[in-house]
Amino acid sequence: MTLSIADPVISCTNVTISYGTFAAVRNVFLDIPKHKVTAFIGPSGCGKSTVLRCFNRMNDLIDSFSMKGKVLFHGQDLYGPRVDPVEVRRRIGMVFQKPNPFPKTIYENIAFGARINGLQGNMDELVETSLRRAAVWDECKDKLQESGLSLSGGQQQRLCIARAIAVEPEVILMDEPCSALDPISTLKVEETLHALKQNFTIVIVTHNMQQAVRVSDMTAFYNAVEVEGSDGKVGYLAEYNETKEIFNNPKSKDTREYVTGRFG
Amino acid sequence: MFTHKKRPWAEKLVDRAFIRMTAILASVVSLTVFGIFFTVGFQAVFQGDLSSLLPWNPDSIWQGIAPWNDEETFGVRWGAIPHFGLGFLANSSWNPVRSDYGALTPIYGTLMTSALALLLAVPLGVGTAIFLTEDFLPQKLRTTIGFMVELLAAIPSVVLGLWAMAMLNGFLTVFTPLHTHLGWLPFFGTEPGGPNLAMASLILVVMLLPIITAVSRDSLNQVPIELRQGAYAIGATRWTSIFQVLIPAAISGIVGGTMLALGRALGETMAVTMIIGNSTNLSASWFSPSSTIASLLANQFGEADDIQVSALYYAALLLMILTFLVNICAQVIVKRLALKYD
Amino acid sequence: MTTIQHPLTTSGLNYNPYAPRNVWNRAMNLLAALFSILVVLPLITVILYVLYKGGGAITPAIFTELPPAPGLSEPMGMGNAIIGTAMVTGVAALVAIPVGVGGGIYLAEVAKKGWFAQFIRFGVNVLAGVPSIICGLFIYALVVNTRILWGESFSAMAGGLALAVLMLPTIVKTTDEGLKLVSQELRIGSLGIGASRFVTITRVVLPAAISPIATGVVLGIARAAGETAPLIFTALFSPFWPDWSSGLGLLAPTATMSVQIYNFGIMPFAPQVQLAWAASFILVVMILMANLLSRWLARLSAS
Repeated sequence: MTLSIADPVISCTNVTISYGTFAAVRNVFLDIPKHKVTAFIGPSGCGKSTVLRCFNRMNDLIDSFSMKGKVLFHGQDLYGPRVDPVEVRRRIGMVFQKPNPFPKTIYENIAFGARINGLQGNMDELVETSLRRAAVWDECKDKLQESGLSLSGGQQQRLCIARAIAVEPEVILMDEPCSALDPISTLKVEETLHALKQNFTIVIVTHNMQQAVRVSDMTAFYNAVEVEGSDGKVGYLAEYNETKEIFNNPKSKDTREYVTGRFG
Repeated sequence: MFTHKKRPWAEKLVDRAFIRMTAILASVVSLTVFGIFFTVGFQAVFQGDLSSLLPWNPDSIWQGIAPWNDEETFGVRWGAIPHFGLGFLANSSWNPVRSDYGALTPIYGTLMTSALALLLAVPLGVGTAIFLTEDFLPQKLRTTIGFMVELLAAIPSVVLGLWAMAMLNGFLTVFTPLHTHLGWLPFFGTEPGGPNLAMASLILVVMLLPIITAVSRDSLNQVPIELRQGAYAIGATRWTSIFQVLIPAAISGIVGGTMLALGRALGETMAVTMIIGNSTNLSASWFSPSSTIASLLANQFGEADDIQVSALYYAALLLMILTFLVNICAQVIVKRLALKYD
Repeated sequence: MTTIQHPLTTSGLNYNPYAPRNVWNRAMNLLAALFSILVVLPLITVILYVLYKGGGAITPAIFTELPPAPGLSEPMGMGNAIIGTAMVTGVAALVAIPVGVGGGIYLAEVAKKGWFAQFIRFGVNVLAGVPSIICGLFIYALVVNTRILWGESFSAMAGGLALAVLMLPTIVKTTDEGLKLVSQELRIGSLGIGASRFVTITRVVLPAAISPIATGVVLGIARAAGETAPLIFTALFSPFWPDWSSGLGLLAPTATMSVQIYNFGIMPFAPQVQLAWAASFILVVMILMANLLSRWLARLSAS
């Protein structure tokens, strides 16, 4: 089942993540290829977001979080004792489920990240480029000095994507970026993803299987099983392959049932 | 057909009376505010008690004014506002012998103690609030410290004053080197030898800290977690996200709490009275005894009579206007800066 | 569009303790910790100092005797001040609780919006900001100076009224906020079975909100008991037991613990200063208990 991918950007080896004593997802082996879009799909509570968040150490914010196994970024252990999570997050950016622009102007929302990362050069140009790449430039070029909160939900989300791009990370993680958006905004974000994958490696969690088909090159299907002796569920990586294989020729029965919409 | 039992009239009456009563009780609050302003204002304009408002009182203020009384106006005893006018604010003498009163010294003392106290208490309080909202300490310990800070707010001001008096010598050992080395600065110009303005400011800091800490902590806690995640996700360090994202997002609460604390500082009475030295001589030095409007009232009101009482009410009116303006500002600022986050 | 170069070296992810941002971060961590210690320190010293100085002064006589005349050291008691504080805060609570709860009900249940409710809210906020000494001056001018209470001037009653003015905004606010927490379904349910507004509010809504309201009231009373400024020109002080013949003691000048701390604390006599510490001890312990009680009430309602 393990897929061999040459020169993976991120590589998980036997990753098990727990909150307190409760294991959320277990025994994940996974390689993320460079400059591709990888989609995580699966029913609720199967640990897709949990795995995603451990790629840039976002789980550090949760007290009870603990992880076993290894997550390698270009062969370097992300959870090594000397690793600075801030450095990790500068290389691996993230876009969240709910748009979360800072309470600053649109311009500052973009420039802020670039500035704290020590990027030199023409800030105006950077703001424009980032907003263009996130396909939101036309909608906000006339109100760069207005609050980021004055935009609509879809525009806010694309602003957040622009904010992540401006830092020039290598990988962008997206945690259900379209779940709070209307269909038109969703399409725009998906178009943005297509353009972005030339320069970035993208990992996206989605509930929407059509979206996974539309945007991704690779798909990882997660599933959850009951834990013996408790009433909780634990997630695991059920199948990982090229997207067209997962949707047209799934190996496991669970995957087939899920992608054909029989459960989840 | 249903046999319909009619609602008894008594029940309707009780219901209506109850609603009316709550309205009346609510109005009492506003009437009290109005009454305070009116009473203090009246006493600042006239000498004599409130009963001289009644036309049949022999000392009535209406004599000479009211058409039913054609006597001379000699009966009206004007108070401090007609006597001293706006010059009251710029006059630094407080002289019961010559009946010459001005509030410059206590006004200066009030503003200076409050400003000094805020200058120290805001960074300390906001810093502590940040410390208590970050994950430096285990949650349980943080809750305990939060509870203790709330307790500090509940300690009566007079107890803090007594404590400050007991700590007097401790304060002096801190202040004396400041005078020896920086005595050329007018603020440190006099030798600290007893109660003084700087001590009053420090005790105000102790009283303001819990307010600023508690309010800032609450507003920092209300910043949505998504914002913090957003900041971390673009590679912000802890303190970059605190200064650039969390504090700006919580600023309305922090400023509101600070203004609230300023209102408290301006009107704080007992601890200040016990430790400021109650001198009505104007001095630029923080190490010389001084007074605030509130301490002047607490210290002098009991022994004052005639025009001095009225002058004290004039000072009280100034204090009320000051705190009123600060509170209005606080409300406006909180509304203006409040983020619309859903 | 230029391709982005990632200057990623193997050591790039490692924590660099000398990077300016990391040095700055650690310095700020330290500063915040230092600030917290500076904030908690006075609290601990105040409480420990009061417990140490005051606890030693507590004897049975404190509760049963009168204070000594200046210069003497016998008897060592402050029974009159303890009773006086109870009387004055009792009057304040009796006046402020009905008015405050009533006003809070009006704001939360009767007129939620509209200019009059806005006006009342504004009044509550302004009153909350009025310095406590002004409350004292107000009651002095209104009650003491005019001798409106049966011809008496300084009295426990006047002191109680001054404290009531001080407590009022707290009680209105906690009632208003406590009632807002009650779910709308409860009201609709009660009105739906034909209960009048009076019954709905007094039998259904108020009991549901009793815990936050009680918490606010307990804290308000504890705070009022420690207030001094409103009392020095209203209840004044007295070295004697309450004069029961004068309106059950309510219409005569009355000693209170807080005013005693002020009056005795600034005296040059050791016995008086000791009594000031004893009074501080009792007040601080009382406030500690009230805070614990309020937390217990809050936990009770949460479970």
